[in-house]
Amino acid sequence: MLENYLPIVILAVIALVLAILLMTLSRVLGPFRPNKNKLSPYESGMDPVGEADERYSISFYLVAMAFIVFDIEVVFLYPWTVQYLDAGVGTLVSMIIFILELFVGLVYLIKKGMLDWDIDQFKL
Amino acid sequence: MNYLHDLSTFLPGIIVGVAGLIVVLIDCYKDDYKGIVGLTIASLTAALAISIMDLFGPTGESFYGMISYGGVAAFGNTVILFGTLFCVLISYEYLEAIDHNFGEVYAMILFATTGMLGLASANNLVMIFLGLETMSICLYVLAGIIKERKTGAEAALKYFLLGAFSTGFLLYGMALLYGATGSLDIQEIAQAASSDLLFVAGGGLLLVGFFFKVSAVPFHMWTPDVYEGTPTTLTAYMSTASKSAAFIAFITIVSRLLPEGTADWSQVLQVIAIATMILGNIIALVQDNIKRMLAYSSIAHAGYLLVGLAAATPEGYSAVLYYLLAYTIMNIGAFGVVAYYERQHGLDLLDINNYAGLGFKRPMMAVMLSIFLFSLAGIPGFVGFVGKYYVFAAAIHADLIGLAIVGVLASAASVYYYLRPMVFMYMREAHKDIPLVKSGWMFKGSLIVLTILTIYFGIAPADLSHLLSSYYSGDWIAQTLIP
Repeated sequence: MLENYLPIVILAVIALVLAILLMTLSRVLGPFRPNKNKLSPYESGMDPVGEADERYSISFYLVAMAFIVFDIEVVFLYPWTVQYLDAGVGTLVSMIIFILELFVGLVYLIKKGMLDWDIDQFKL
Repeated sequence: MNYLHDLSTFLPGIIVGVAGLIVVLIDCYKDDYKGIVGLTIASLTAALAISIMDLFGPTGESFYGMISYGGVAAFGNTVILFGTLFCVLISYEYLEAIDHNFGEVYAMILFATTGMLGLASANNLVMIFLGLETMSICLYVLAGIIKERKTGAEAALKYFLLGAFSTGFLLYGMALLYGATGSLDIQEIAQAASSDLLFVAGGGLLLVGFFFKVSAVPFHMWTPDVYEGTPTTLTAYMSTASKSAAFIAFITIVSRLLPEGTADWSQVLQVIAIATMILGNIIALVQDNIKRMLAYSSIAHAGYLLVGLAAATPEGYSAVLYYLLAYTIMNIGAFGVVAYYERQHGLDLLDINNYAGLGFKRPMMAVMLSIFLFSLAGIPGFVGFVGKYYVFAAAIHADLIGLAIVGVLASAASVYYYLRPMVFMYMREAHKDIPLVKSGWMFKGSLIVLTILTIYFGIAPADLSHLLSSYYSGDWIAQTLIP
């Protein structure tokens, strides 16, 4: 039973050895001459602006959460549409129920003001 | 039609889930509408009635073996719905008083209950995971309802991080079990079980995940902080309904998934049970905050329940089922009285010292609190005693006499901290003039019903315990399929 996992173990060992080897090599062989410009944060060639730990509006997180929900909906819908003819009508009912549940969530989000980007209007 | 038959076997869960969706929709259009609580109570009552009828109905499996219905699953559903219903009944007034009566609270309770019902009926590891997560995610939200207070945020964050961590253990265990046996169905796993390392490691990790969820001792750290920060009536919900659901699934795992002989599973449960009973009871002795005291008492009760599981006999399992009902009744009652007292004074009067003189100012509430605490301590005549009796008797019949002795001693020590609030209520003068408000009929009525049930099941336990042991007689042996 456990022998079946041997290739995975070998792969993991090779990956580990390779990673350690390459990092050691670059540390040993590579030159290390730091200056102020090299150590400063990289912002696409511009001079860095502001702090890195700035606070973002919570709206971004809400949109990201809503995105994940509908992303997962697509993940479920895709294999189902491909298999629909074989899977039968029962699965259609299940899918309708599934989408209705997500729809309730969407109604909730819109009604509670997820899409109103004026922060004063938040009703959550 | 097969599809409809499958749906009808999970009717309580469907009713509760659909009610949750409707509550969300109502809350969209009428913010914090008062009718939401009525709808919640109605749907829970309907689901409770159906699952009580299922107690006497046929047993079997549906949804291609994903869930089982009837028997233990029906009893689990009944206990969970009973606990949820009474928590909602006492929550309404309390949440109004502390100004946190959001519509979302009821939606979360209903969704969490759906998850619990799935967990109690689960017959497949995927279903166990799904039920556990649906339940947990809603509970994380409920823990943080009082977000203005630091304790609320602390409770939610702590519960979420540790809960997610424990889910990792659970999932890893399931993955290893799948690797070892090639199946996620509980019967098939039990048939393919062996004592090889992969299976034992998988079973062990699965147990660790469950120990977290039922707050058994090395994994109990989150319990007091979370219970303290959560609104009191919702703490009652967390500590009873979710614990019942997790324990019903735990019974399924221990009795059917992990056959004897693959490893000494009972030994693991015994060690954890002893640690849980001793530590829970000893730390509870020094608590001044009544909610923390009840949190440690809830840890100790998880220990008593594990004694029944460690016995690993049909008698032990049916004792655990009885104990779950007993614990649900008396613990909701105790938290209910605490909530009654707390809500009139903001959130700060949780110190046991403040209970001084309550016995004469509010005699009825004080008498009910005394009855619930007597029952939790295991004084004869109340339901808690009967539960403990069954659990320890099962341990003795399974030749775990040492375990039973530790249990009885720990339980004797617990009498001290259960009696302390009573000493303050009846034997100390109230140190300042605390104005006490009358409570509404819904709140008072449900506490009275719980008191009556505490006494009734304490005096006449026979009918119920016959029903419970009938689940494990006859074809139960055939179901476990020990290879």
